[in-house]
Amino acid sequence: MVERIYIFKRFERFWHWTQAALIITMLITGFEIHGSYHWLGFETAQETHTTAAWLLIGLWVFAIFWHFTTGEWKQYIPTTDKLVAMAKYYLTGIFSHAEHPFRQTQLRKHNPLQRLAYLFVKLMINPLIWISGLLYLYYPSWDAWGLSSLGLTLGIVAFFHLVAAFLMLIFFIVHVYFATTGHTPMAHIKAMITGYEEVE
Amino acid sequence: MFSLKQAARWAVAGMAGYALLAAGAAVAATPNTKTSTADHSKFSQLKGPFPDGPSVTRACLDCHNDAASQIHKTKHWTWDVVNPATGRNLGKKNIINNFCGTIQSNEPRCTSCHIGYGWKDGNFDFASKENVDCVVCHDTTNTYRKFPVSAGHPLYKPTEWPKGSGRIIPPPDLAKIAQGVGKTTRNTCGVCHFNGGGANAVKHGDLDQSLINPPKFLDVHMSPDRLDFSCSSCHGGDAHAIQGSRYSTIAKDMSGIDVVGRTDGSRATCESCHGTTPHKDTANPKLNDHTDVLACPTCHVPEFARGGTATKMWWDWSTAGRLNEKGKPLTVHDEKTGYELYSGMKGDFKWGEFVQPEYRWYNGTVKYTLLGDEVTGDQVVKINTFEGGPDDPDARIWPFKVMRGKQPYDKGNKTLALVHTFGNDDSAYWGNYDWPKAIAAGMKSAGKDFSGEYGFVQTEMAWPITHMVAPKEDAVACVACHSADSRLKGVPGLYIPGLSRFWGGWLDMLFWLAALGSLAGVLGHGALRYYMSKKEG
Repeated sequence: MVERIYIFKRFERFWHWTQAALIITMLITGFEIHGSYHWLGFETAQETHTTAAWLLIGLWVFAIFWHFTTGEWKQYIPTTDKLVAMAKYYLTGIFSHAEHPFRQTQLRKHNPLQRLAYLFVKLMINPLIWISGLLYLYYPSWDAWGLSSLGLTLGIVAFFHLVAAFLMLIFFIVHVYFATTGHTPMAHIKAMITGYEEVE
Repeated sequence: MFSLKQAARWAVAGMAGYALLAAGAAVAATPNTKTSTADHSKFSQLKGPFPDGPSVTRACLDCHNDAASQIHKTKHWTWDVVNPATGRNLGKKNIINNFCGTIQSNEPRCTSCHIGYGWKDGNFDFASKENVDCVVCHDTTNTYRKFPVSAGHPLYKPTEWPKGSGRIIPPPDLAKIAQGVGKTTRNTCGVCHFNGGGANAVKHGDLDQSLINPPKFLDVHMSPDRLDFSCSSCHGGDAHAIQGSRYSTIAKDMSGIDVVGRTDGSRATCESCHGTTPHKDTANPKLNDHTDVLACPTCHVPEFARGGTATKMWWDWSTAGRLNEKGKPLTVHDEKTGYELYSGMKGDFKWGEFVQPEYRWYNGTVKYTLLGDEVTGDQVVKINTFEGGPDDPDARIWPFKVMRGKQPYDKGNKTLALVHTFGNDDSAYWGNYDWPKAIAAGMKSAGKDFSGEYGFVQTEMAWPITHMVAPKEDAVACVACHSADSRLKGVPGLYIPGLSRFWGGWLDMLFWLAALGSLAGVLGHGALRYYMSKKEG
């Protein structure tokens, strides 16, 4: 018996896909700025990266507001409930069509592994990118802000920005793959578009 | 791709033809006298005829009675400049360069670019007023020329030059020149500054005759197609003291746009007109973020020697002295370009056109290796060292022409040698080709002894590049520095996005492996899922 339940609300879906597009853009342009390849040209890459950064910051401001006003932030509270079971499922059960240990509801959208992963993105990778990126952008103001005298250098900022970018890239790869692990490969992806998950 | 180089070639070829046609008209139309309250052609003092240069100067001083004493205080006259950083005396009179070497003992040749008459040896009277040459700077007829070997005098009678060539050079018409005096022009400054090192374009790299009538791509400020600046538009100054110096440079001008009455009124830095945030609001905002570290010409003079004439990049004196069977110095010219590659008088040369500068930190302080400073011979001697580094708030990264070569040194006394090259005597190198004799005579002229033992040492001398400012679309592109083969590779103390790597590149390696590993992991996982589901049917 398959049941359709409304999991992802309209803003959430808009936020997800816009963020996806912006993060892909920033990964592509960011690694060009870093000199990992030459494609768009340095200046185009830099300008696009900066524009995308401001759009993403704007989006994040709305998303944070949304999370707190709707209480959706609670979706990311970590839990150990079924954590081991989920890990086991991905390591073995998934190959033998074992029953999915987690049942999605509107109040528990994310399985315990997802909770951890997204929390790590939200509390570690994102702040690292925000802070290092804004410092990068406002490099000429460091003197006025008293940061240069604290020993802050462009190298330090760039180091953290780069590490965060690599972490985001790895998250992106794994995340895209896990999006195909629904009961059909496209199931989760469809849900992120329509908002409805099909739950057995 | 249509390159800068091609554009330059075309433009110069075109301009050269045009310049020949327009030269007469342009000179006649020089509007100097229009803004002046005096018409010099009507002064009885300037009627002439003038037998020589000093008599012209006496006429000038009749009215401009302080002009000579003003000139006497300038480095155009003294060729002697105290380095504010070290207190040591620099200036042409004191430094040893790696082109022709030194003034001492070679005065009559070198002082053909002195702002005076008659500095033929160490006994020149620097207090003489009539020996100031007014017209070399103030000639507007473009006919006044100092003769190359007359210690600053022009010709006074028709003379064959070069000797034995059959070419007779007429003397300039001093009365006509005196009646036409006006403000300095690119022509008058260029007579010396474009021909430094003995000929057009040889010395500076960013100053040559192409700047007399430069197309826009060559220099946006001086081009008649754009702003038509003369040299003094930037190199202003009061009382004949010209602003802008390689000996004490304002390497980072944070005073911004100079306003008369509020600031020092100096116009020799880019910032004195363009300010400290020179790029417009419509430009990429990151551009202005570079001004803390980069001097303006670092981006805006992408290459030097862009005017169609190559500049000298290498001069090896150690190979000089090869003579033909008649005892005359051998010369070898490049068959294609015509540039001299070897001269029996001077040694081997290398030339460069469209040369990418080298980049170094510079805070305005320069130190020189002078006569008597220790030179061991086993390492490259830096004739000048530009100071400053990443932690120096007054320093920025500047572009330089770096002239390299080999030149004689006194092995016994461990010092760069003074060489008596020019003169009609039994010791001048050009004539006798005997190094010990020439060095002994050169050293003696400065009151120094020669040990008798000489060798050749490799030297380098850096020349800050500030002219030949290209239009903004030809400025150095971002990627020229922000990439693995960055122009700024090797400049210390910088993190440059696109170039710099952490832990020698290992951080990138580590994370790319992690990303690839993740990709392989999920693909493997997916493949196994696919395989198992097929197997189960």
